Amino acid sequence: MKLNRKDVEHVALLSRLELSETELDKYTGQLDAILEYIDVLNQVDTSAVEPMAHVLDIRNVMRADEVQPSLPREAALQNAPDAEDGFFKVPKIVE
Amino acid sequence: MDLFRLKAHELQQKLFRREVSAVEITQSVLARADKVDSTIQSFITRTPEAALAQAKRVDEKLARGEAVSPLAGIPGALKDNMCTKGVKTTCASKILANFVPPYDATITEKLAAADAVIVGKANLDEFAMGSSTENSGFFVTRNPWDTDRVPGGSSGGSGAAVAAGEAIWSLGSDTGGSIRLPAAYCGVVGLKPTYGRVSRYGLVAYASSLDQIGPFARDVRDCALVLGAISGHDRRDSTSINAPVPDYTAKLESGVKGLKIGLPREYFVAGMQPEVEAAIRRSIDELVAMGAELVEVSMPHTQYALATYYLIATAEASSNLGRYDGVGFGHRGEGSDIVSMYKRSRAEGFGPEVQRRIMLGTYALSSGYYDAYYLKALKVRTLIKQDFDRAFGQVDVLIAPIAPTTAFKIGEKVEDPLAMYLVDVCTIPSNLAGVPALSLPCGFADGLPIGMQIIGPHLSEATLLQVAYTFEQAHDYHKQLAAIREVD
Amino acid sequence: MKFETVIGLEVHTELKTASKIFCGCTTEFGGDQNTHVCPVCLGLPGVLPVLNEKVLEFAIRTGLALNCKISHYSKFDRKNYYYPDLPKNFQTSQYDLPICEGGYLDIEVGGETKRIGITRVHMEEDAGKLVHSGTISNSEYALVDYNRTGVPLLEIVSEPDIRTPEEAKAYLEKIKSILSYIDVSDCKMEEGSLRCDANISLRPVGQEQFGTKAEIKNVNSFKAVQRALEYEQERQEEVLSEGGRIIQETRTWDDSRGVTLSMRNKEQAQDYRYFPEPDLVPIVVDSEQIEAIRRSLPELPDARKARIMKEQGLSAYDAEVITATRPMADYFDALIAAGAEAKAAANWLMGEVSKLLNACSLDIRSCPVPPANLAEMIALIEKGTISGKIAKTVFEAMWNEGKTAPVIVKEQGLVQMSDEGELGNIVEAVIAANPQSVADFNAGKEKAVGFLVGQIMRQTKGRANPELVNRLLKEKLTGK
Ligand SMILES: [Mg+2]
Ligand SMILES: [Zn+2]
Repeated sequence: MKLNRKDVEHVALLSRLELSETELDKYTGQLDAILEYIDVLNQVDTSAVEPMAHVLDIRNVMRADEVQPSLPREAALQNAPDAEDGFFKVPKIVE
Repeated sequence: MDLFRLKAHELQQKLFRREVSAVEITQSVLARADKVDSTIQSFITRTPEAALAQAKRVDEKLARGEAVSPLAGIPGALKDNMCTKGVKTTCASKILANFVPPYDATITEKLAAADAVIVGKANLDEFAMGSSTENSGFFVTRNPWDTDRVPGGSSGGSGAAVAAGEAIWSLGSDTGGSIRLPAAYCGVVGLKPTYGRVSRYGLVAYASSLDQIGPFARDVRDCALVLGAISGHDRRDSTSINAPVPDYTAKLESGVKGLKIGLPREYFVAGMQPEVEAAIRRSIDELVAMGAELVEVSMPHTQYALATYYLIATAEASSNLGRYDGVGFGHRGEGSDIVSMYKRSRAEGFGPEVQRRIMLGTYALSSGYYDAYYLKALKVRTLIKQDFDRAFGQVDVLIAPIAPTTAFKIGEKVEDPLAMYLVDVCTIPSNLAGVPALSLPCGFADGLPIGMQIIGPHLSEATLLQVAYTFEQAHDYHKQLAAIREVD
Repeated sequence: MKFETVIGLEVHTELKTASKIFCGCTTEFGGDQNTHVCPVCLGLPGVLPVLNEKVLEFAIRTGLALNCKISHYSKFDRKNYYYPDLPKNFQTSQYDLPICEGGYLDIEVGGETKRIGITRVHMEEDAGKLVHSGTISNSEYALVDYNRTGVPLLEIVSEPDIRTPEEAKAYLEKIKSILSYIDVSDCKMEEGSLRCDANISLRPVGQEQFGTKAEIKNVNSFKAVQRALEYEQERQEEVLSEGGRIIQETRTWDDSRGVTLSMRNKEQAQDYRYFPEPDLVPIVVDSEQIEAIRRSLPELPDARKARIMKEQGLSAYDAEVITATRPMADYFDALIAAGAEAKAAANWLMGEVSKLLNACSLDIRSCPVPPANLAEMIALIEKGTISGKIAKTVFEAMWNEGKTAPVIVKEQGLVQMSDEGELGNIVEAVIAANPQSVADFNAGKEKAVGFLVGQIMRQTKGRANPELVNRLLKEKLTGK
C-alpha cells in the first residue's frame, strides 16, 4: 500500500473536499493504484539532475509601476454567490 | 453548396471575391450545428446572435473595401476554458456553471481583432482533465465518425465541432495531449504550439507549466492561419515568448526533401493497435519517398513521462483549483462555517476526476512527500527535456503515433483512471519538454481516423506545418467531413 | 532556575509603490470596499501575475540597507492555504530562494550597541481585509474587502538574536527608521503598513539549545510588541518554573486584556505545500544592477547619527532621536544650515516641535514653522532678546500665525527685560510687598525665593531676564 484511508482523509481536508465513506474507499484504491504506477520513477537515478520548474529560459519579466483602471465594483461582485454592502459575504470563520 | 463543408482558406477566397457573404457562411455553419449538435453535443454555449452580428460587421467592412485578416468572417469555436467577457465560461464544471467573466482572454481579443466569428464555447473534460470528454460536468460529446465512441479529450468539443461541420476551425488547450488526441480521434488537424507561443492569459489554468492553447482545423493551411492569428508575445503572460510571429503559410509548399525525420522507438509501445502502428510506419515510408531522410533515435526517458506528468500536472492543479471555494465566484454549497462551506462547495462542484487529481497533487506536494514525488518529477522532467534536446541535435522533426489506438467506446475506460491516463502516453512528453507537436490524419482503421504526430524543437511550428502539408497534399483525408450516421 | 529569553521577529511592511505587486490596481489606502480590484488580484479563473519592477527595486534597496547579500538568482513560490482573505487560496511569496539573505542591523539599548542578524528579506503579496459581524468568535458571517489584496509586502525575518522585549522594540524602531530613510514604505502601523509577528522562547541560562517557541500574532504597535513579549516571557517562565512544558503554537495578542491567547486549533493540518510559482519566471540580478541601487541609497540612520555626533557634538541619545526619521534629520540639518546652535536645535526639535506635531498629528514634513524661522528664533534666545520661557510663547505664535519671531516679539512686546535699573525697581517693590517671604528667606527657607521670582515674572509678564532676576533678588535679600 502506497497510501491508506487516513492519508486520503488528510489530503481531502487539505484540499477542502468533503468525502463520503464510499468515496473515501474508492479514492483510496484509485490513488493507491496511481501511486503504485508512479513508483516507476524510482528506477531513474536523479542524484545529479537539476529539477526543472520552467521549460523555457525566460527571466526578469516585469511591468512598470503604473496604475491601471480597476474593475467597477458591480463587475467585481457580479459572480459572487453572496454579497452585502459591496463586500463579499462568507459564513463565519472558525479559527 | 454546403458552405460549412469548406475550409477557412477556401471560404476566405469566396468572401474576398464577394461570391458569398460572411453572414451566409455563418448561417450555413449555424444551420449545420442546429442539425447535428443534438447528436454530437459539441457545445456548452452557442452564440448565434453574436456570431451573425459579427459576420454582418465583416460584410460591412468588406463592402467598404477595408482590408481584413484571413480569418475575418470565418466561424470558429472556443474551448469553454477560455474567458469571454459577458459570455459564460464554465470549464465544463458545475462549480463554474454560471460564471460570466468580466474580461476577455488574450486569444479572445486577438480573434476579435482578426474579425473572426465565434459560434460558441465547446465542451471539454472538466477543467481539461481527461482524454475522452466523458469527464464533462454536463454531458458527453460524441465522435462524429462513430457516435458510440469518444471524440478524445480534453478538447473533445472543439475537435468534434470541426469534424462535424459545426465550426470551420476551433481552439483547444493541450496540457498532456488535449488538442492532439481529439484531433486524431476526430480526423482533423490539431497543433499544440511551443509553450509560451500563445498567451495563456484568460485560459483557465489546469497545469500552468504545461498548458498551451492551439488550433483545430480541417487542413494544414487553415491550421497555419489560425495559429498565426493567436500567436505572439503578451505582456500579461510572464511565460510568453517574445519572438516575432512568422507567416506560418510561407513554407507550406517547400516539401520535405533533405529534412531529417526521427523515429523515436520508445513511442511504439507494446499493446498498440496494429493498424495504427502500420499507418504511422507507412506514412514515414511515404515521407522518405518524398525525399526526407529517416534517422532512428532513442529517447530513453519516454517511459517515465506519464508518471512525471501526473505528479507535476496534478500538483499545479491542486493549487490552481484552490480558488474555487464558493467565496468570490462559482458554486457555493451549504455550510454554517467557512470550512464546511468550502468542503461542500468543492465536493458538489467538482466531478470525481477533478477531485482525484486535486488530491493526488495535494499529496505530491504535502509535507514529507514533496521530495519523493514532486521534486523527483521535476528532475525527471529535466531528463525528458534532455532527450528532446539530444534528438533535435540529430533530426529536424520526430514522427510518432498520437495514441496507441483509434477512438474507444464511450464508457469503456471511465471506471479505470489509470487505463484512461495511458491513452496520453505518446503526447505527454512534448508538453513536459515544451516543444510543439502536431496531429495529422494519416489513415483509417475500421472507419475511424488515425493520427500521426509530428514533433519539433522550440518554435519550429512552421517546419511541422511544412511536413504535415507535404504529406496531406498526397492524400485526401482532409477532403471530407465525417458522415454522421444519425443525420447525414 | 534562571532563564534566558530568545526572540525572533518577522516584520511585514507594505511597499509604497503606486500599483500592486502583480496587477495595475492602485495601492492607495482607503477607498470604498472592493473598488481597487481587477481580475488578477481577485484571482478570477484564467488570470496571470506580472511582477511590478519597483517591488524588486525596493526589495533590493531594503536588503542593501539591512546589510544583506542580494541573491543573483531568485524566484517566487506559492504558499497554499485556505482563508477567505486570500482569493486564490495561495499567497504568492518566496520560499527557498529569497531576494535578500544574511544581513544585520545595530540597535541601541541601555547605552550599548547590539547587532541583530537578519535571516532574510522576501517579496510577497498582501491579503484582503475581513470584517467580522460582532467579534470573531460569535459572528454569524464575515465580509471581505479585497482592496489590499496584492499590495506588495516585504517580509523581514530576524535571527533569534533578540534577548529582551525592550530590544525587540528597539529593533522595530530601527527597522522603521531604515525603511523610511530609504523611502520604500510609509511604515504606518495604524494603517497596517508595518506589522509584526514575534517568536519567543525561554531556555535555562547557559543552555545552548533553544527552548520551544510560541509565535505571537496580531500585535499592532511597537508598544504592544513589547507588552506582548513581556507577558509571554512571564507566562513561559511560570510554566517552566512549575516544571511544565511549552507547547509550540500560535498565540494572538489581546491588547485590551493585555494577554496572549492560544490559537492552537488553527494549527491543525497546516501544511503550506510550497512549490515554485509556474506563472512567474525567475529573477536574475547582476552585480552591476545591485551596485547601481547601492549608489542610489541615501545616508542611513547609523551613518547620519555618527556624522551628527561628530560634526555637531551631540550626545548619542540626542543624535539617535534626531536621526530616527529622515525628515526629522533633514529638518535638523536645515536648522544647522540656517545657523542654529546644535544643542539648542536638538532640544527644540525633541521638545516643543515634537510636542506640537504630536498634538496636531502632523508629520515634520508638514511643520508650519520652516527651519529657517526656527533658527532665527533660536538666535534671538542666544542674543538674549527673548528668554527661553518666552520663546515657547513666541514659537506657538509662529506655529499658529505663520509670522517670524522678530515680528511676534515686536508686536507683542516680548523683548526680554535686561535693564538692571528697571528690573531692580520691580524687585524692590516685590520685596517690600511680601514681608512674610522675606522673613521665611531669612529663616533659611530657600523656597521663598521661588515665590518672589514668580511674583516678579507675573509683574513683567514673563519678560524679565531670569538670570538677572535671580541675581538681583539674592543681592537685595542678603543686602550684598
Ligand atoms: Mg509572510
Ligand atoms: Zn488588481
